[in-house]
Amino acid sequence: MNAPAYNFAYLDEQTKRMIRRAILKAIAIPGYQVPFASREMPMPYGWGTGGVQVTAAILGPKDVLKVIDQGSDDTTNAISIRKFFAKTAGVATTTATEDATVIQTRHRIPETALHENQVLVYQVPIPEPLRFLEPRETETRRMHALAEYGLMHVKLYEDIARFGHIATAYAYPVKVNARYVMDPSPTPKFDNPKMDNCPALQLFGAGREKRIYAIPPYTTVVSLDFEDHPFEPYRFNAPCALCGAENSYLDEIVTDDKGGRMFVCSDTDYCEGRQAAGHRGSLSAAPYKEKAHGGSNG
Amino acid sequence: MTTIAELPPGFVDKVLSAQSTFRSVMDAMARPGSVQRIVPMAGAPAMMMRGTAAIALTLFDHDTPIWLDARMTESSDVVKWLKFHTGAPVVQDCSIASFALISDGAALPALERFALGSNEYPDRSTTLIVQVDSLAAGRGFELRGPGIDSVATLQAAIRPADLFERLRVNEALFPRGIDVVLVADDAVVAIPRTTRVVNKES
Amino acid sequence: MYVAVKGGERAIENAHRLLANARRGSHNVPEVTLDQISEQLGLAVDRVMSEGSLYDRELAALAIKQARGDLIEAIFLVRAFRATLPRFGASEPVETGAMRVQRRVSSTFKDIPGGQILGPTFDYTHRLLDPSLAEGFVPEAPATAEASSAPTPRVTDILGRDGLIESSPQAEKGASVGDLTREPLNFPADRDLRLQNLARGDEGFLLAMGYSTQRGYGRNHPFAGEIRFGEVEVEFFAEDAGFAVPLGSIELTECQMVNQFKGSATEAPCFTRGYGLAFGQSERKTMSMALVDRALRARELGEEAAAPAQDEEFVMSHSDNVQATGFVEHLKLPHYVDFQSELGLLRKLRQEFTDANAAESMKEAAE
Repeated sequence: MNAPAYNFAYLDEQTKRMIRRAILKAIAIPGYQVPFASREMPMPYGWGTGGVQVTAAILGPKDVLKVIDQGSDDTTNAISIRKFFAKTAGVATTTATEDATVIQTRHRIPETALHENQVLVYQVPIPEPLRFLEPRETETRRMHALAEYGLMHVKLYEDIARFGHIATAYAYPVKVNARYVMDPSPTPKFDNPKMDNCPALQLFGAGREKRIYAIPPYTTVVSLDFEDHPFEPYRFNAPCALCGAENSYLDEIVTDDKGGRMFVCSDTDYCEGRQAAGHRGSLSAAPYKEKAHGGSNG
Repeated sequence: MTTIAELPPGFVDKVLSAQSTFRSVMDAMARPGSVQRIVPMAGAPAMMMRGTAAIALTLFDHDTPIWLDARMTESSDVVKWLKFHTGAPVVQDCSIASFALISDGAALPALERFALGSNEYPDRSTTLIVQVDSLAAGRGFELRGPGIDSVATLQAAIRPADLFERLRVNEALFPRGIDVVLVADDAVVAIPRTTRVVNKES
Repeated sequence: MYVAVKGGERAIENAHRLLANARRGSHNVPEVTLDQISEQLGLAVDRVMSEGSLYDRELAALAIKQARGDLIEAIFLVRAFRATLPRFGASEPVETGAMRVQRRVSSTFKDIPGGQILGPTFDYTHRLLDPSLAEGFVPEAPATAEASSAPTPRVTDILGRDGLIESSPQAEKGASVGDLTREPLNFPADRDLRLQNLARGDEGFLLAMGYSTQRGYGRNHPFAGEIRFGEVEVEFFAEDAGFAVPLGSIELTECQMVNQFKGSATEAPCFTRGYGLAFGQSERKTMSMALVDRALRARELGEEAAAPAQDEEFVMSHSDNVQATGFVEHLKLPHYVDFQSELGLLRKLRQEFTDANAAESMKEAAE
């Protein structure tokens, strides 16, 4: 039996060329979903295969890679993807947002403002923002072609009629460069404003659905809304219990079965950076001190 | 007649050179008007600048029909080199080309003759790779659009001189349209279909 | 005090070690070999090769072992490996009419040229658990005879000679063959891509879809024209050599359904076709595939397409078990960031509901 040998960053060169061509078109047509012949990856569909293929197609030996899931570098899927690239491409990895040149993410945009020398790669499960209104690809493609987005506005307006608000809390649809309605992937709507006029290039990969799309740097990204019901980002109204941040997106941690809750930054790098800079929240632990093995607990 | 053994070589390190070249082109496309450098060296047949050669080695293959302008077509070395290193089919009909290589800008066909994509599939369009005299000196242009922090300026010596006026068809065509990559030696600048260009000076 | 959870990397490593041990099971039991899987669980290997789109018994057996017998997981392993292989081109069409048949049955004619050949089949076995198989069973040697030299023409070809069935469309010589693993799929899709999608499709999904057509959701009156299983030669046209080079032989199952006839003022009525093909012996799969293939031809044949099995986008978008299992199972990944956003919205809506009701009852009390 022949032991399989894999290429740099796993994908073969022909596949990379195909993905690279799709990326260039995606950048040239902001918000348009470019079909691409997504490959079977050695991780399941739905677990980041689109993002992984985009990252594999752009990654080079000089890159510094950061991978987050739910804002955290330390969730199991983020670790698994980071290890995949460390192994197949031998690239340097980091958890510091500032230091990364390529950041692959699932469900969050980092709190630290991105800069020009960065590419943010999103993992996307369902790239079609109109899919839940119209399941047929042939129909949604026609709607995008004609920029016929009335159905989306009707849906949002029905929410307002029923609930008094637009009842979309994540994967909140946006319009890119005043043309294409786009799914930002299941990020909380808190993150939507970060996509607008962002200095970094944003690439989106949907492996199972075989689509790549992009937002070039410094591009207008508007969350869909109505004049009398403007878009509002949601954030739980509390400071982070660990670093005291008042403007970061928070995870809700259930601390007991009696209604106990605490709220901490979902962006772990941001939170740790603030703590290292001396910021403290109401429940901060004392600064971590390394203990010698076998040392007393005193 | 050149034999295959005499053809200029491709990349020394196919994988890493293609990656590096792609990142330059991607950055160019993401930041229209910015001048990006192509670092990896490859041999290039006469008529073809080394930047063009590197882009060809990076993006062309069996799945991308290539259209060559008359001057490039005349050079049998270009055709042989492309065939040998990329396997890309060279086509006569520019309306089915994924990429078009232009070495003689003065003879650039009407843009409408290239593939412009459809409203359903605007990505099915030809990307023009146009070799120009300079991307450092020449006329000044002001560029606006996605990828540009308010305004970008470009100094370039380009033929045809009215290229940017002609590219204004992109405005009415969008999302259909033509994306252009300008090459001068190892320098590249991209003008995607969303970029609006005005002459700063004549 | 709260310290965020760390150490995911070690947790993953430990989980994988645990998996390796669970896979091995008790060390008092001998380890299963790839030969044993390939020889004694042959139909599982056939399914993994078919839906994994890779004809390699040894790799399929390895995948089954690695997947602890979970066939969808094994299919996934094979697919992921296949995706890394270079693609040289498409073989010449295999000549199933020249198949060295091990089994061949037709339900449309009592006897056919070359004969009905039962071959190795579960059909007509009584489904009684057989305790003698539990250990040390040595089967009686099979009956053998001189191989017949009589040709076994396809039943559909026999019907075709009299024009009773629509002719099988012939691809143009040298026409390219679609490949949905290399090109993104667009709708409407041509039949070559539909058949490729079905051949890779989940047996259970196709079975349910095919079954639904029999129960009236897109009924197309099928007869099993022929099901044959055996060996065929694979040839590859080598451009350098200028002729077709034999690559070897593979085992295939082919099912040709003979379906409801069509006809018009200008065309004499004739039967229509549904086609199924799979690696190895996979009769359930090929029969289901043939039913669904025929159902998906509804539009082409001018039939109303209203049933799920006739809906090309629906069938083709949901037939792939590697895609389906990935997306269903991805729900176990953390979603707490988007859930938190949803939770915040729900709390707000509930608060507003409570406030509005309280205001309403205050108003009523005041009146």
